[in-house]
Amino acid sequence: MKVSMTVNGKGVERDVEPRMLLVHFLREELDMTGTKIGCDTSQCGACTVHLDGKALKSCTMLAVQADGADITTIEGLANGDLHVMQESFWENHGLQCGYCTPGMIMSTTALVQDNPNMSEGEIRHQLEGNLCRCTGYHNIVKAVQQASEKMGGGD
Amino acid sequence: MSTRMFGSGIKRREDPRLITGKAKYTDDIKLPGTLHMAVVRSPHAHANIKGIDTSAAEAMPGVVAVYTGEAMNLPIPTGALIPDCNLITPEHPSLAKEKVRYVGDGVAIVLAENRYQAQDAADVVKVDYEVLGAIINPEDATKDGAPQLFDDVPNNVAFRWLMGGAENQEASNKVFEAADVVVKERIVQQRLQPTTMEPRAALAQWNAATEEMTLWVTTQNPHIHRVLLSGIIGVPEHKLRIIAPEVGGGFGAKIDLYPDEALACWASLQTGRPVKWTETRSENYVAMTHGRDHVEYVELAATKDGKVTGIRSTVYAGMGAYLTTFGAGIPTILHALIYCGVYAFENAFADVIGAFTSATPVEAYRGAGRPEATFLVERLMDKMANALDMDPTELRRKNLIPKFEDGYAAPTGVTYDSGDYEPALDKVLEMAGYSDFRKEQEEARKNGKYLGIGVTTYTEICGLGPSEVNGAIGFQAGGWESSIIRMSPTGKAQVLIGVSPHGQGGATSFAQIFSDGTGIPMDDIEVVHGDTNTTPMGWGTYGSRNAAVGGAALAGAITKFKDKAKVMAAHMLEAAVEDIEYEDGQLYVKGSPDNAKAIQEIVLMSHLGWDMPAGAEPSFEVSNFYNPPNFVYPFGAHIAIVEIDAETGTVELKRYLAVDDCGHQINPMIVAGQIHGGLAQGIGQALCEGSIYDDNGQLLTGSMMDYAVPRADMFPNFELDHTVTPSPHQPLGIKGVGETGTIASTPTVYNAVMDALKPLSVESVDMPLTPYRVWEAIQNASNGGSA
Ligand code: FES
Ligand code: FES
Repeated sequence: MKVSMTVNGKGVERDVEPRMLLVHFLREELDMTGTKIGCDTSQCGACTVHLDGKALKSCTMLAVQADGADITTIEGLANGDLHVMQESFWENHGLQCGYCTPGMIMSTTALVQDNPNMSEGEIRHQLEGNLCRCTGYHNIVKAVQQASEKMGGGD
Repeated sequence: MSTRMFGSGIKRREDPRLITGKAKYTDDIKLPGTLHMAVVRSPHAHANIKGIDTSAAEAMPGVVAVYTGEAMNLPIPTGALIPDCNLITPEHPSLAKEKVRYVGDGVAIVLAENRYQAQDAADVVKVDYEVLGAIINPEDATKDGAPQLFDDVPNNVAFRWLMGGAENQEASNKVFEAADVVVKERIVQQRLQPTTMEPRAALAQWNAATEEMTLWVTTQNPHIHRVLLSGIIGVPEHKLRIIAPEVGGGFGAKIDLYPDEALACWASLQTGRPVKWTETRSENYVAMTHGRDHVEYVELAATKDGKVTGIRSTVYAGMGAYLTTFGAGIPTILHALIYCGVYAFENAFADVIGAFTSATPVEAYRGAGRPEATFLVERLMDKMANALDMDPTELRRKNLIPKFEDGYAAPTGVTYDSGDYEPALDKVLEMAGYSDFRKEQEEARKNGKYLGIGVTTYTEICGLGPSEVNGAIGFQAGGWESSIIRMSPTGKAQVLIGVSPHGQGGATSFAQIFSDGTGIPMDDIEVVHGDTNTTPMGWGTYGSRNAAVGGAALAGAITKFKDKAKVMAAHMLEAAVEDIEYEDGQLYVKGSPDNAKAIQEIVLMSHLGWDMPAGAEPSFEVSNFYNPPNFVYPFGAHIAIVEIDAETGTVELKRYLAVDDCGHQINPMIVAGQIHGGLAQGIGQALCEGSIYDDNGQLLTGSMMDYAVPRADMFPNFELDHTVTPSPHQPLGIKGVGETGTIASTPTVYNAVMDALKPLSVESVDMPLTPYRVWEAIQNASNGGSA
């Protein structure tokens, strides 16, 4: 089946099997391997991308369902340097092995955009769709708090 | 340099590629013409294979080949041949031939043009099974009448190990006979699923022209992989290259050379094409090694005034279906040798029975043996405090080994390097406001609120380890580490290391050590690891040995580096070598710092070789291989404060405080991160994690929907502090810190919950302490145990 969409600002078109998952489309067809796969039951969030500005687990959608969509992946998050959230993860040691990180960053950027003034508890609660095995979440929460301040929250 | 690099919490240099999605993990690497491999796995825990029909799979679109175990001979070795315990090491074929022994055991592989096709074809491989009985509980596995996994392993007993032999058992009996008070507990150290966020993957490329095999693989120790793999697939080591690209967590479960990895290499040899295998999470949960899995009967002996005299155990340790690389070493050496913890016990004894079960093989999982040991010691200390009606912190304080700076010989036969336990305990008690908390707790109890506090003091044995010890305990590996410093003519440094960090930030911390030691700027240093073709032989990253042993190897290389530079500087400055000072990358004659040579100039002149001192080698490269004289023994004191909702059994972790001592810290930010992650895993074991098998040996926690990986909202902000007691033998004064958080936190949280439940007369609940289990225990206790 033909499918076309915009990925990180560029139009792409491919002929794919109808059953192909969006995450496989990104990784295998477009060779954009920044988006990760950590589970097969939609729990881990490693595959999170933005679809039309909203965070989405790209393993939960077929590529053909994303036909016509505007997708942003970790590779396209920053225009130019680093996004505030990326910087903040770096600054606060919000990653160790880095495997959960693209998904974490994609989901928390969308989160902070929608909820700029979250408390620590709210951030922890909102992170429920993203699993990290390395950091104990401590520095991820700190990173999100700091980025949230910089992105205009707290005022 | 004005600020020292060593000890500074600088940002990690590996992060830019990780936060932008540019980093390449194994599955991200693409080679043209790659075939995808899917493994057909047993759906039964224990069954005879009567026949395998691959014809339907072979006819599927895109399928290139299907192989069963008959086509190959690829046995996976075990690496922990523990002596004096009658260890039996049955063969572990990469694909089961006559029999499968756990759900997930491989029986066939399919090679196809893409991963969807490979999986489709794997689904239609028909295997005719004769199903046999399953056995999951390691204690039950040793009983008469239990299903037998191997014909030549009676009662499924892989080994029986008595710590210190019959003589020590005798000594232990005497201590217990003389005791005023003995407390006992049955502890179930439940099975855990390591859950590296990156599942395993392998990409094998056979190059027929050069007769070289390259394997990109999710491993913690590429050099061990090379040794083992070469023996299995018959490609000699000098023609075999193992690359660990980015690796998404290991926690012990990426130590082993797995059947799937050997199969990918073998398949590439057969087909002449690159072969990639990437597992799904469901596959990962049945086929990547698990951790823990003990049933323990433990006892502690004391005098009536609270002097603890002895500890002993009978441990049934589940090995799973086959012996893993470290399998038999974990519940024995890595476990019982730390039974005395930080306490001056007179005697410790363990009787450990390793049992085969029809479940996923058990390997190291963060802490490996030491969390189990620390748990039983700390659980028993609390029980003893209750029995003696003493405050648990006072009982601990009374039994602490007094401060020592260079060696304490524990009755278990090991010599702790250094320890100063009381200040850590004092500090954490003060941070928590311990005495105020006890008052608050009393008040709360009056109001029907159940608050609890758990206090743990611990030490552990890590930084594996002296190679002679490895030899003596049957570990089929060295324990040393390596470092090569290779300078280019323009003064840039490559630091090549034998350890293989995979999230620990070694590229940053090793650069800090090197920059601090030589004055070479951070930007001019590249730390290289994870590739057997570029790095010196080394044994990899596990057992908190990265900085403790690998860092020591680098420290030794830096000494050689400076000595070499001094010889050249003396020649250039026309002075005696003994008179040369090396400071912040400048070399000068004592007293004349103004007339200095920069290290970069010395390196350049050494490369040019126009005018070398007599006997000196040109170029500028040094190597160092470091065999540690002892292990390192980090320690600390942790506190957890919990509140329990007696109506629902829900445990809320309100505060978690940790004071750890890992000696000098290279990068405090990284140290804290290691502790945070360790805490989350240890707390996860206490509160939510655990593998569940049904009676047929089916893993019910086989997906992330069912296995409770801790989430962010389970934890409070961790409150950390530290003390600094350098290791006397580690050249940088470092002790390992990768596992301490996991080791200390499980008993800390468990004891806090039991403390909270004290007024309800609950004495013991098996982990994980899920709301249902806690609620049930409360119900049983309030019914006088009759429910
Ligand atoms: S891979 Fe999509 S949620 Fe885990
Ligand atoms: S950094 Fe490793 S899983 Fe999050």
